[in-house]
Amino acid sequence: MRRLTLIAIPYLWLLALFLVPFLIVMKISLSEYALSIPPYSPYLDLSAGWAGLVKFLSQLDLENYIFLTTDDLYWKAYLSSLKIATLSTVITLLVGFPLAYGMARAATEWRPTLLMLVILPFWTSFLIRVYAWMGLLSQEGLINQLLLWLGVINAPLMILNTPTAVYIGIVYTYLPFMVLPIYSILEKLDESLLEAAEDLGCSRLMAFWLVTVPLAKNGIIAGCFLVFIPALGEFVIPSLLGGSKTLMIGKILWEEFFSNRDWPVASAVAIVLLVILIIPILLFQRNQQNQREADT
Amino acid sequence: MAQPSAGCQFSPWTDPDEKPLIQFQSVTKSFGSFVAIDDLSLDIFEREFFALLGPSGCGKTTMMRMLAGFEAPSSGTIRLAGDDIGPVPPNKRAVNMMFQSYALFPHLSVWENIAFGLRREGMAKHFLVDRVEEMLRLTRLEKFARRKPHQISGGQRQRVALARSLAKAPKLLLLDEPLGALDKKLRQDTQFELMDIQEKTGTTFVIVTHDQEEAMTVASRVAVMDEGRLIQVDTPDRIYEAPNSVYVADFIGDVNIVQGRADLQGDRVHINWAEGQPPIIGTSNHNFSQDQSVHFAIRPEKISIWSDRPETSDETANIVKGQIIDIAYLGNISTYHVELPNGQMLKAQTANTHRIARRKFTWDDTVWLSWSATGGILLEG
Amino acid sequence: MKRLSWFNVTSLTLGFAFLYLPMVILVIYSFNASKLVTVWAGFSTKWYGRLFQNEAFLDAAWVTIKVGLLSSCLATVLGTMAAYVLVRGGRFRGRVLFSGMIYAPLVMPEVITGLSLLLLFIGIGLDRGVLTIILAHTTFSMCYVSVVVSARLVSFDHSLEEAALDLGCSSLEAFRLVTLPIIAPAVISGWLLAFTLSLDDLVIASFTAGPSATTLPIKIFSAVRLGVSPEINALSTLMIAVVTIGVISASLMSKRASLRRHHEEQAAERGQE
Repeated sequence: MRRLTLIAIPYLWLLALFLVPFLIVMKISLSEYALSIPPYSPYLDLSAGWAGLVKFLSQLDLENYIFLTTDDLYWKAYLSSLKIATLSTVITLLVGFPLAYGMARAATEWRPTLLMLVILPFWTSFLIRVYAWMGLLSQEGLINQLLLWLGVINAPLMILNTPTAVYIGIVYTYLPFMVLPIYSILEKLDESLLEAAEDLGCSRLMAFWLVTVPLAKNGIIAGCFLVFIPALGEFVIPSLLGGSKTLMIGKILWEEFFSNRDWPVASAVAIVLLVILIIPILLFQRNQQNQREADT
Repeated sequence: MAQPSAGCQFSPWTDPDEKPLIQFQSVTKSFGSFVAIDDLSLDIFEREFFALLGPSGCGKTTMMRMLAGFEAPSSGTIRLAGDDIGPVPPNKRAVNMMFQSYALFPHLSVWENIAFGLRREGMAKHFLVDRVEEMLRLTRLEKFARRKPHQISGGQRQRVALARSLAKAPKLLLLDEPLGALDKKLRQDTQFELMDIQEKTGTTFVIVTHDQEEAMTVASRVAVMDEGRLIQVDTPDRIYEAPNSVYVADFIGDVNIVQGRADLQGDRVHINWAEGQPPIIGTSNHNFSQDQSVHFAIRPEKISIWSDRPETSDETANIVKGQIIDIAYLGNISTYHVELPNGQMLKAQTANTHRIARRKFTWDDTVWLSWSATGGILLEG
Repeated sequence: MKRLSWFNVTSLTLGFAFLYLPMVILVIYSFNASKLVTVWAGFSTKWYGRLFQNEAFLDAAWVTIKVGLLSSCLATVLGTMAAYVLVRGGRFRGRVLFSGMIYAPLVMPEVITGLSLLLLFIGIGLDRGVLTIILAHTTFSMCYVSVVVSARLVSFDHSLEEAALDLGCSSLEAFRLVTLPIIAPAVISGWLLAFTLSLDDLVIASFTAGPSATTLPIKIFSAVRLGVSPEINALSTLMIAVVTIGVISASLMSKRASLRRHHEEQAAERGQE
């Protein structure tokens, strides 16, 4: 009996505050914009009983979804988001893997310190760290100042408010998420496997490619998911660093909701984003499950 | 083996008036389709030091966990002092367990670990303190009372686990491979300590082990198990000298097994085991039928080894010739692996009464092996 | 055999430089007397002074801390329960859904979570305010807590709980007296994680906050949309300083404790017996 209570409490909480909201979003995405509070109709009025429910259901339609397909903005934004998220994930991997590898190869006394150094930015406010780049990337910012001073360029580069800034921002903020899973796997790697590979004829590089990388596969996959999935729906980074030129779906959703006050369309945008993400999310969960089973 | 002190023979299992403390009555335990315990019945008496012996997976740990209350039988009853303990949860049983990993609470001192169970009982403060001090004295841990588990050695942790499990003076103490983590010397010393404590406190001990030497040393009775069943339940000497099956004979100690056919000759049984070789002469209280397939089992130390053919006598009723293929030198004894003409290997063990250089036998020597008619026993085929 | 090749050393240096440079620059400029990034007008702490006089910021900070403390405590309790269910719960109907609901929020884009929660609150007629932010933060934080605590529970020696039961504890007592004290470090880091996430959250708070409740991230965001602001630099530096001190001291304490423990264990094996 007590066991059931233990299960029930977090379960019900999550059902109520995680699952049910999604159903509501789905419902709203099938509704219409209305000049009312709340700004959508039909509004489910339970007091009207069964008849009310039937009336309510009959008024739902897929108008918003059709709207999404007709207006160029939306599918362009989805594509742009996919492109940015994918590319950022790859760049983060290219930056993060050597870092994780270096940490794993460092002397044992150094590792806790290095780990702490990677985690510290993670504990610092994400907003502040993105903000820091605003200063660096602007026309009068330090990066431009440095490049001008070095003589590499003649006129300040436009970095801020371009997709480039968004890439930098995503890689920067999500780097710890890529480094940590890879590091934790590399750290457990048995040194003697590499020695065995070399003993059997591999060069250092080949041993790395044929032994280290495949064994780190799980960490790499986890890291990629931890970057890709949230990056797809990112709002803050494109908003502060991307400017109006950068199309990302998270920003579109926000603007639909707050600026246009069009909740039904915003909901439809969210549902489509969710549908795009379902497969990566399920794969991520399966990867986590396999990881946990492998560890026990 | 737990030899009883001079004069009194401890064997409650032979007394028909003695009521057992623990009774397994047709107990079966399955995990899904895997049957861990198969219709097992067993009586264990008070003050016994009882050993459950067998290889991994034989079900001995499952039996112990059922006694402790962490598993429930799929069918059958387990009784403690006559009462069915099936519905009683582990925290309410008069049974305590000493875990294989010791399971000492790392955040509590040695003193607090021992006091833990007493506190749960709500024992009065001065009784509690006295009892804990008594346990510390019993296990010689007085100096380490304030330390935490990670601040003491492995052997000391084992004693804390023992003290903690005895603190509540349970009717039954379960020991799950208690000496496995100790090195050999420590293990031997601790075995005798355990027997001492068991006798002093008068608690019934049930020990689970895969180490047959351990079981033989400490136990008053040993239950040899295999695949969820009891194969033989007996005192250590009878298990060793009179195993009831090839499995038991082979599991405990070293043994030679020769297969053959029985030829009844009065009160002796002749075993025809090889063409052109005289039959092995043995005795058996078991009734074998003529020409029945039998296994003759004899311990290596019961076989004498000679460089020349010995005279036939009672002691040398059986004589065979062979060649030394291998010698295992163990310091105090040597085991000679001798090959007989038909290919059968026999192991003969003798004490090294002479130093190696003066030893009589060496590899490839032709030797004679002999044993008496009562040196081995016959087992079913 | 830990040899760092020149490649390793370069990647470590560049990697950490990349991570830390922006923050270091920020800290430096918070002491810049000039508002502009281009000019260094001398060392000054005037922006800190201005910050502490800004009522709006102070109010928002207070709300943020309140929300952070309440949501993190609630999230820790719920998350620990969820972790226990995941690791020790065995099979039960709907376990797959439960496990999915725990891991999904970890990767879910915040705009989706924020939007869905807001629509829920509207749907049930709950007024947006501090309470709704707390509910929202608790929900996604508990998932992080659950991941941290369940990682610890998986390696927790189950026989310790059995020993406690064997010695007379009820299940609840066993948890309280044995399990909890031992997994406490993991629970505390879960709590810290929940607290940090709450303090730092912008998107979800924006959706679920009402007109009456403004959190610090919301305030910061509206300020920086317009561009770089020296007061924000000062605020950022303060936050970075607090986090740095916290992380370094926690790291030092844990290092010292594990070193001491190691020595004690070695001494015990060598010395006695």
